[in-house]
Amino acid sequence: MTASALRHARISGVGEHRPARVLSNDDLAAKGLDTTDEWIRTRTGISSRRVAAETESVITMGADAAAKAMAEAGVDAAEIDLLVLATCSMRNAIPGGAARIASAVGARGIGAFDLNAACGGFSYALSVAADAVRCGTAQRVVVVGSEKLTDWIDWTDRGTCILFGDGAAAVVVEPSESMGIGPVAWGSDGDGHALVGVPEGDWAIRMDGQAVFRWATTELTPVARRACELAGITTDELAAFVPHQANARIVAAIARVLRLPESVVIAHDIAETGNTSAASVPLALSRLIASGQVKSGDPALLLAFGAGLTYAGQVIRIP
Amino acid sequence: MTEQDILNGLATIVNEIAGVPVGDVTPTKSFIDDLDVDSLAMVEIATAAEDHFGVRIPDDDLKDLRTVGDAVAYIEKAGVAV
Repeated sequence: MTASALRHARISGVGEHRPARVLSNDDLAAKGLDTTDEWIRTRTGISSRRVAAETESVITMGADAAAKAMAEAGVDAAEIDLLVLATCSMRNAIPGGAARIASAVGARGIGAFDLNAACGGFSYALSVAADAVRCGTAQRVVVVGSEKLTDWIDWTDRGTCILFGDGAAAVVVEPSESMGIGPVAWGSDGDGHALVGVPEGDWAIRMDGQAVFRWATTELTPVARRACELAGITTDELAAFVPHQANARIVAAIARVLRLPESVVIAHDIAETGNTSAASVPLALSRLIASGQVKSGDPALLLAFGAGLTYAGQVIRIP
Repeated sequence: MTEQDILNGLATIVNEIAGVPVGDVTPTKSFIDDLDVDSLAMVEIATAAEDHFGVRIPDDDLKDLRTVGDAVAYIEKAGVAV
């Protein structure tokens, strides 16, 4: 038995699901939280975030995003043979959600697994999907990032409750004539496991904001550069930078250290979305494409990072 | 490196990160009250200063650096220790 010759992979479609309910900074302040709209906007860049309805879940949001990505790519359920769900906010860990999403989109029976690398998850999952297509393990993969972070929020903790939101986005990955998804630059730092996440014995997400800010603004620039090197381009040649929408100040700091020229569009989805962990990068990519600021074939650097600590980035061609 | 060199280097960094005019970065100025530099910008300024001056400025020490003069003195002392 031989593996197929290596080939290239590309993203052929993107789909998103944003919950209807909007929770603004003023809404949070009105609930009695000791904060103001101005404080939240200047410190984080967030004006509002979406909150999933009672009836919505990581599964339902992910399935909607997946179906839309497949429609965008012009791909039928029968053509999908692998689905990877990047998520960290499922209420119950057992079973995972990928198989259910596959069934929900009409692809019951295909390979399906969850991938938990928290906010680093989407780029990790995209890399695994691209490798599967490159090696011939799969023909067409749906990669979903879906989170219901509001299930894990302490609404009295103003250090965290202002940051997180719910949502999902997905992409279809298929074979390509030329490199559409570059090699991944990834890594982790287990020593930082306590910096952000739900601590042992606790029920809500807690974060050492200053320490996370410092880590994100110093340790990730070499990763971004490496991802560009691996794809054979310089940061100057990028059309867009699509980082995890953790905090607008982190994004600005990374872009500044990378010395990205003015010509590089920086994906900005955080203002009305907040931090949606594994859904963040694909949601930002989706908004970027819809904005018309990039065109098909343009090179964009994706950079996912967060709890774990984990990080992964790769250059892609805009579908 | 003289105190003036440190002040000049720090002023450039504060200007780049927080947009404060270089001439406003003088020893008696308070980062938060006079220069409108918040704690997140302070972390960025600290990491840029670490690279530029070859010193270490841990988060714990950062909160004690209230004025530009405090920062210059800290960097000078940290450099001398090396």
